[in-house]
Amino acid sequence: MQIRWHGRGGQGVVTAARLLGRAAAVYGGKFAQSFPSFGTERRGAPVTAFTRLAEGVIRDRSQIYRPDWVVVLDSSLLGNQDVWQGLGPGGSALVNAPRGLAVSPPPGVNLYCLDAAGMAREISGHLPVNTAMVGALAGLTGWVKLEAVQGATADLLSPSVVEQNLRLVEASFRWGEKIRKGGRKE
Amino acid sequence: MREYINGNEAVARAVRLARVDVVAAYPITPQSPVVEEIAAQIASGELDAEYIRVESEHAALAACYGAAVTGMRVFTATSSQGLAYMFEMLHYVSGSRVPVVMAVANRGLAAPWTIWADHQDSIVCRDTGWIQLYVETAQEALDTCLQAYRIAEHPEVLTPVMVCLDGYVLSHTEEVVEIPAQEAVDTFLPPYKPQRVVEPERPLVFGVGAGPDLYPAFKQAQQEAMDRAREVICRVDEEFYRIFGRRHGGLVDPYRCRDAEIVLVTLGATTGTAREVADRLRQEGIKVGVLRLRALRPFPAEEVRRALAGCRVVAVLDRNCSFGYEGAVCTEVKAALLGLKEPPAVVGFILGLGGQDIRQADIEDIFRRCLAAGSGAVHQVAAAQSR
Repeated sequence: MQIRWHGRGGQGVVTAARLLGRAAAVYGGKFAQSFPSFGTERRGAPVTAFTRLAEGVIRDRSQIYRPDWVVVLDSSLLGNQDVWQGLGPGGSALVNAPRGLAVSPPPGVNLYCLDAAGMAREISGHLPVNTAMVGALAGLTGWVKLEAVQGATADLLSPSVVEQNLRLVEASFRWGEKIRKGGRKE
Repeated sequence: MREYINGNEAVARAVRLARVDVVAAYPITPQSPVVEEIAAQIASGELDAEYIRVESEHAALAACYGAAVTGMRVFTATSSQGLAYMFEMLHYVSGSRVPVVMAVANRGLAAPWTIWADHQDSIVCRDTGWIQLYVETAQEALDTCLQAYRIAEHPEVLTPVMVCLDGYVLSHTEEVVEIPAQEAVDTFLPPYKPQRVVEPERPLVFGVGAGPDLYPAFKQAQQEAMDRAREVICRVDEEFYRIFGRRHGGLVDPYRCRDAEIVLVTLGATTGTAREVADRLRQEGIKVGVLRLRALRPFPAEEVRRALAGCRVVAVLDRNCSFGYEGAVCTEVKAALLGLKEPPAVVGFILGLGGQDIRQADIEDIFRRCLAAGSGAVHQVAAAQSR
């Protein structure tokens, strides 16, 4: 399973890629690999990161060209062709957006929109949305359990923000799980 | 303990587990997180070591050199321009036979300026008298740093070791890494017991010079130590396996080579991608294999010859170029095959310079081109990767 993450510098894109990998590898008994788009990162500039998940050892070291999932933390990036690159019919996209998108994904792509920013605001002011997107993806796919995402969240975030992020992860996970169990798409 | 960390963090864990006494390093991308992590470990008290802040890589290795002659276990790490800046001190350290261990997060050399992976930085240091081990995974980076102290400090070797890991592809990629228990590492790697030390309480002045009458003997001793290192590297890897249940091939790491018609010779992380491709082509009935060179110095000529003797075509993937000739590993492999009755054809491929991604399709292309290659012809394709 190959996931590409899009966001802007400062939104925790690289941490999201790592968080999912850690949840699967340390708390889910799976194998994982995560890496940033190699190079320098600047606040506000577009950032991509990648996660691979598998049941066995991951040997491939090349970059990800055909993602199964694309997760977009910042919907202002949707006009950029790079966001949809390599995503074909049967692929899926999870976007942080309050409602329908102005830009359509390629044909045949399953689209899920979560108002992660709204959810984060509700839980405690201005949290970044990265952990919410990981929770939502885990809920939507069933790859890793809620406890696994929470375990990795507690490991990776600084202690002062762990508590509210655990709640955010739970809320977003439940959102995704409900869609998965109900088979609903947006 | 099962962890999820990147290659840089794996190296930093190894430094802590090895109970290193002195660290001197200067940060450079993509090695920086190694020294940041080590500095944090020392600041928090997890690692009881002296961190010497220096103004350059040249000074970093000079500080390691000085600490090592007093009998300390020392560590440094660098990349690219930093390694180039150490060039003079590399020879001082190896020629003085002090067991420094250094991690190199491989990165291309400027100009043009690049921060991305290739092997040019350490390949150009092939002849500095350092043992060079290239690793494939973050796990192997950790394990090899531990092994490196056993090799470097071995009284029959006393030669510094470079542990080379691909920049970003390993240094910045998180994956599953099993962290060995401290007690087990202490059994495997007891404290360094140098045979001779310079004591700061009894200072002496040395002129590390030798005239034409003595100089060749020093160099011969270095060469002989390298020759002995071959067996030590293998033995240490086996002993590591007995304690930790993992081994990494000693000098070479052959994969499906036994009955292979075509074998791809690799260094470092790309090997994993090549194994994927080899398995896929094998399912099509195409007999291919992969030979990873774990040690480049000392060069495992005998093992290379043995692994490649039966195949028809050898492809060599070089992530470097010896300008004016070919990829450096290609030259070495060809030399190792000299004298074989029916030597395989050798075809060189230069790929992945300055971070150019090496995809499965690129490796498959190499195998297919070799499949079409005639027998007997030894030729060189210094191909820029077509996309």
